[in-house]
Amino acid sequence: MTAIGDPAPTFSLPDTRGTRHEPGGPSPTVVVFTCNHCPYALAWHRRIIDVARDYADRGVRVLAINPNDSERYPRDSLEAMRARVRQREFEGVPYLRDESQAVARAYGAKTTPDVFVLDAGGVLRYRGAPDADHDDPTQDAAFLRGALDAVLDGRDPDPVETPPVGCSIKWKA
Amino acid sequence: MRVELLFWEGCPSYPTALAELREAMAGLALDPGAVVVRAVNTRSEAMAEGFVGSPTIRINGVDVQPPGEEPVGLTCRVYHRRDGRISPTPDPADLRDALRAAQGPTAGSR
Repeated sequence: MTAIGDPAPTFSLPDTRGTRHEPGGPSPTVVVFTCNHCPYALAWHRRIIDVARDYADRGVRVLAINPNDSERYPRDSLEAMRARVRQREFEGVPYLRDESQAVARAYGAKTTPDVFVLDAGGVLRYRGAPDADHDDPTQDAAFLRGALDAVLDGRDPDPVETPPVGCSIKWKA
Repeated sequence: MRVELLFWEGCPSYPTALAELREAMAGLALDPGAVVVRAVNTRSEAMAEGFVGSPTIRINGVDVQPPGEEPVGLTCRVYHRRDGRISPTPDPADLRDALRAAQGPTAGSR
């Protein structure tokens, strides 16, 4: 499992059209493990997409990754992911499939959602929930926004880590 | 009146749902301690119960948010609040309405 201050695992995963995406580049990357069927992931979804929109002009990229076992949870199938993308639920955010679950394991992801902020050097700078309350849209992904503001300003996020809150990742048997 | 809350340990939402259910019952002069809380631990138990996710709340056997075509399984359940938000727990107003309906038409005049 990756700790704050460690280099985050690199990966190359396909989106719903098969185009591959990797973290890294000249600006921070947000890696969000998420899915289609979890009410916590759905409740926070709009706030995360809004972050992608609001920080795009500063070069921040948000990569959403669905790692769930789609055999036991068909709502997390690739086709179901494609349907949400077609419905424009992921504007500005590639929705990636972690079929082997290797990326989720490498990151030590526990829930959907589980948010990781990487700086431009690929170092993990924040991990946890988007904000303090999935049920309160006015929280507006404050932990995530605060972490990005800090990293973009060359500061350490405060907090650097919060407990991830959501549905357990559905690991393959 | 039989009030049941079925939960799966893998989903963190049931303590909130149970607290909101008990609060709704207290507000209607029902005994909050009368809730029957049951864990659903395996897929076969979920199949037997028709359990579509955690938490599931039934009043006299009727689901407070009929699950429609939701598949049976061990997962967190998606609820829709009255303001349109998605939530892991039912809208407290829906709980109150379901409890009132189960109390019957004369309950409010006692």
